[in-house]
Amino acid sequence: MQRQVALVKQSLFDQGYLDEQFMELEDLQDDANPNFVEEVATLYFKDSARLINNIDQALERGSFDFNRLDSYMHQFKGSSTSIGASKVKTECTMFREYCRAGNAEGCLRTFQQLKKEHATLRKKLEHYFQMARQAGPKETARRPK
Amino acid sequence: MAEVLLPRKMEIANGPSKFGSAHLLHVLAVDDSHVDRKFIERLLRVSSCKVTVVDSATRALQYLGLDVEKKSVGLEDLKVNLIMTDYSMPGMTGYELLKKIKESSAFRDIPVVVMSSENILPRIDRCLEEGAEDFLLKPVKLSDVTRLRDSLMKVADLSFTKKRELETEHAYSLDSSPRSQLKRAKI
Repeated sequence: MQRQVALVKQSLFDQGYLDEQFMELEDLQDDANPNFVEEVATLYFKDSARLINNIDQALERGSFDFNRLDSYMHQFKGSSTSIGASKVKTECTMFREYCRAGNAEGCLRTFQQLKKEHATLRKKLEHYFQMARQAGPKETARRPK
Repeated sequence: MAEVLLPRKMEIANGPSKFGSAHLLHVLAVDDSHVDRKFIERLLRVSSCKVTVVDSATRALQYLGLDVEKKSVGLEDLKVNLIMTDYSMPGMTGYELLKKIKESSAFRDIPVVVMSSENILPRIDRCLEEGAEDFLLKPVKLSDVTRLRDSLMKVADLSFTKKRELETEHAYSLDSSPRSQLKRAKI
């Protein structure tokens, strides 16, 4: 079971969903805080869902307030970076470039892609955390107490 | 008489440096991002720091304001030794918070570190010119935090040791002890 968990995790890195920052988070786990990464991830998805909602509404209104959109995306990119969500981060960067160029079409397209990546990551991480929990604390805890 | 006093004085002078009541660096972290707050809090705890986290510059000032009132009642526990703040925050930015702290006679000696996800040189310059201790790029690394902690502890150690040296000298100068015994008392 634990080997499966390791394989799932490795594939997330290999496929570029996660970067080294995720490993930095895992290094901060210990016996006293074995669920730290999952807690951070939960916070991240709660936050990002709110931001996606805000951006959706702003885009639906049709009036493209690029400054506002860029501001939302700055937050989104920030937390995505902090958790190591590599693909999502890339989409955020692209979106911001379109904002700065005042390219509404580009923003809309990129945002669709971003939502897809975000949803995929969410599913994959949920699966990973579930497996890790089933495998037992040894797999997730990294830092010896 | 001096012989009896000597070991005790030396023991105190060689003792560990003290921050507040728990010998820990107390850090006030300021960030509007929930994810980043959780992250920096963990980094600081893993580095054996005492942590207070707030979600805005305004709340940070409130916390420090409260600190002053309570300080007069002698609660050393609340004394903040380091402030780490995000740069981009809604309302008051980290830069504005930095300025306010450096303008205040009560808090200007507290080192302030600014964190940002954006590597903008004029921004970094501006913060350092305003008196920031350091500027860290996000995501902050554990090594950044331990480096910061170590350098601040060293400064505190030096000032604590120096203080004790002066106190020891003063105590001995009040005795009628010969100068050679005074020399032995210094670390």
